[in-house]
Amino acid sequence: MNSREITTQISKAADFLNLKKWDYGASFSNDYSVQVDKGEAKQLKASQKQILTLRVWNQSNLVGITTTSDISESGIKKALKLANIASDFGNKNESTEFSPLAKDPIKVKEVKTRNPVGIKKLLTLLREAEVKLIESHESIKSVPYNGLSESFFERVYANSEGAFRSYSKSQAALYLYARAEEKNKKPRSSGSVKLGYGADDIDIESCIKEASNKTISHLNYSSIKTDKYLICFSPESFLTIINAFSSMFNARSIIDGVSLSNKNSIGEKLSTEALNIYDDGLHEKNISSTPFDGEGTPTKRLCLINRGRIENFIHSESTARIFKTIPTGHAGLGSKVSVSPDWIVVEKSEENFDLKTSLDHSTYEGEFVYIEELNAIHAGVRASQGSFSLPFDGWLYKNGKKISIESATVAGDIKYLLKNIVNIESNQEVTTSGISPHIWVDELSITGDA
Amino acid sequence: MLSSQIKSNEIVFGSCNKDLLEEIIFYGIGLGAEFVEIFIENTDNSSLLAEEDFITSVSPSFGRGAGIRIFKGKKDGFVSTNDLTKHGLIRSVSQAIEMLDITDNKREVFNGLNKHRDYSLSKKNWINEVPSIHEISEKLLVSTKSLKKNNKIITRKGSYSRNLQEVIIASSDGTYVSDIRLHQTVGLNVIASEAQYRSSGSRRFGSSGMPNEFRIWDHEKAANDVFESSMNMLYADYVDAGQMPVVLANKFGGVIFHEACGHLLETTQIERGTTPFENKLNEKIAHESLTAIDEGISEGSFGSLSVDDEGMEPEKSVLIKDGILKKFISDRAGELRTGHKRTGSGRRQNYSFAAASRMRNTYIAKGEYSKEDLINSISEGLYCKSMGGGSVGATGQFNFAVEEGYLIKNGKLTSPVKGATLIGEAKEVMPKISMCGNDLELAPGFCGSISGSVNVTVGQPHIKVDSITVGGR
Repeated sequence: MNSREITTQISKAADFLNLKKWDYGASFSNDYSVQVDKGEAKQLKASQKQILTLRVWNQSNLVGITTTSDISESGIKKALKLANIASDFGNKNESTEFSPLAKDPIKVKEVKTRNPVGIKKLLTLLREAEVKLIESHESIKSVPYNGLSESFFERVYANSEGAFRSYSKSQAALYLYARAEEKNKKPRSSGSVKLGYGADDIDIESCIKEASNKTISHLNYSSIKTDKYLICFSPESFLTIINAFSSMFNARSIIDGVSLSNKNSIGEKLSTEALNIYDDGLHEKNISSTPFDGEGTPTKRLCLINRGRIENFIHSESTARIFKTIPTGHAGLGSKVSVSPDWIVVEKSEENFDLKTSLDHSTYEGEFVYIEELNAIHAGVRASQGSFSLPFDGWLYKNGKKISIESATVAGDIKYLLKNIVNIESNQEVTTSGISPHIWVDELSITGDA
Repeated sequence: MLSSQIKSNEIVFGSCNKDLLEEIIFYGIGLGAEFVEIFIENTDNSSLLAEEDFITSVSPSFGRGAGIRIFKGKKDGFVSTNDLTKHGLIRSVSQAIEMLDITDNKREVFNGLNKHRDYSLSKKNWINEVPSIHEISEKLLVSTKSLKKNNKIITRKGSYSRNLQEVIIASSDGTYVSDIRLHQTVGLNVIASEAQYRSSGSRRFGSSGMPNEFRIWDHEKAANDVFESSMNMLYADYVDAGQMPVVLANKFGGVIFHEACGHLLETTQIERGTTPFENKLNEKIAHESLTAIDEGISEGSFGSLSVDDEGMEPEKSVLIKDGILKKFISDRAGELRTGHKRTGSGRRQNYSFAAASRMRNTYIAKGEYSKEDLINSISEGLYCKSMGGGSVGATGQFNFAVEEGYLIKNGKLTSPVKGATLIGEAKEVMPKISMCGNDLELAPGFCGSISGSVNVTVGQPHIKVDSITVGGR
């Protein structure tokens, strides 16, 4: 069945069961991936997946939901029946409705769907990349984590009031994590990830170069003394922190009491006036963009922090109704509708007079710690308390030299971090999770072995 | 006509699928595959969430799918699909064969499937024995109510999840197995707040193969534990960073072994060349006081299973005996690529993942000391009563968060501290586990790795690590 036929099938089955109000989200995908090990194919993988999430409203307007991968006629009927049973336990305190924007026009970027290049070509490309990466430096002995994949998928949202949205696209991803070994030293590892609309769009050479440079740059390492340091966050690591604490902008988290913000936090000063943060799922550089969310609300650019102050929260239909505003296109369909950001864009605002512009990661000669990548976010972030303690990869810059830091953590509080931003560099860099310049923060605690 | 005599064109759960499975395997072998494995699952899951005094989410789900794996030499092709018809399965085999570029004429012999090993016979009624949504919701609400012990508790949550998985596993070595797996887990969480202070507390409980377990779960005891933890931590100061001795509590304290060492003893790590223990079999890698086990057989434990996802019964594997490395955790691909015998540890989240060597119930064996002996032996250090999650990096560095910690001064527990992270490297920490308590207990958890998220148990008695880096402020 295609998505139109599924909609018709659900409509018929719902009529049969006397269910007047329903909606669904579905995704259909074909994925292909390869991994290699020293020139040999290791695992080649293909998958065909379909998933349907169906909601129904009962006569008391309570919502029930069911998710299934069985999109046959009988599977759809069973899903509707189960959702109807679940609706008896629907949340009486917070109603759910269709998004008022579910039929609004959507801005679809030029759809860049590529044709599959096929497993054999993926394998050839990855083999060549692995060889080049190993040959790029004598200390690089292997590429233990590698993969090249391409996906082709369709996302659908439809409801009983006639809303119907469908979006198809393709995406490819390459990751290369190299391992370098030198005598009497610990092995070091680093890597790079690149995305594209298709395998042919991926800049494989730059992925190899980046993985190689990053890995080699960690060969000379040393422990760091536990202390407070001036920190320069790479674009990637700063976006990691912002995403980890995005509950500050999340209306669902605020209602649930697990956010540092509250309903009255709009306008609260969090940072230097030089900081702007947007959520921009439709950004032209966002390869993973989708034009509508799980409730069918169009995706849009939304300012989260304007000149250091909270400007907007991200919403689903129900949180928007509670906050007396409109949905923002950040909902994930579920029994309890989730809310999450799409693609964070960090910018320097025009109010940037208080920044210490001499702090530039490529020219600054004083002592600082450069945090390249933060790890173990799931273990080291307490979003509801605002605290973090995270292992990282990075370097200590001291006396004009840089040396890789071995086994260290950075710890702090997100509000303290934002308040202590001392510079926002001018050049933004595109990463897989958003766009940001390098961000400098004063006085964060680093724990090391020295 | 009996259902077993019907030659079906589609996999039908509860019926005999032998003819169809053999036909699919013959097809793959005929095209030049050296080994064909079919994993088919049918799932019936449900989860509930209670927030404050209301049920806010009820999420049933069901599905089915197949994962087909073909080996040629040491490489494998894996295809997953939701299409369980003969046509769909044949197409998946063809796709895997094509991916592997198999063109030679050498043919393996397939003598048909062995006698069906049906581990599900005594489990078919589980679906009717597990608590109903109504029963679950009532108990969850009583549980969240039990968390409301004072006005400093600002958020109370209780969650329940039940996964029922019916599997059929067939492969060209004759393996033909059916099983039903049941996992139930329940968690309680609170956030406490007063003025500028905030803390949280959480505990998770879980079982496998025990339909009545949720009914007899002591929610009052669990709620008291979570509440006390959040109150103890509410006014805690941040821990000072540094190197210090630590005592790790039993139960979920075992996550240190899971992260620091267990992952490095999976054959997938040997395949990648990312374990420092690759060539250390029968060598000392840990303190002589340490014996560590991985097994899938403890009745009711979250990581237990009757048969692994490759059709092998799980064994009890003594990984480390008195500090000496004795065994790796291995699956079929691991045996093929590294030579380490399978241990019944081939596991996957679901049909869309190829099985890999994964831990099951992994724990440090009990020693001879009391908890007090361990604490009394430290003049200045940290007691980690409750652990959060953790991870291990590509070069063996691990880290995990301490949810509830207390300073140790002169052999006594003193003030609570928060914000601690333990970091280190397995190779360096294992020899520093110098004392093991006599109070081994297990705790359930979820482990995410190459073959998805699987249910595991971690565990240990109280243990002492002579020195470890504690990240803090």
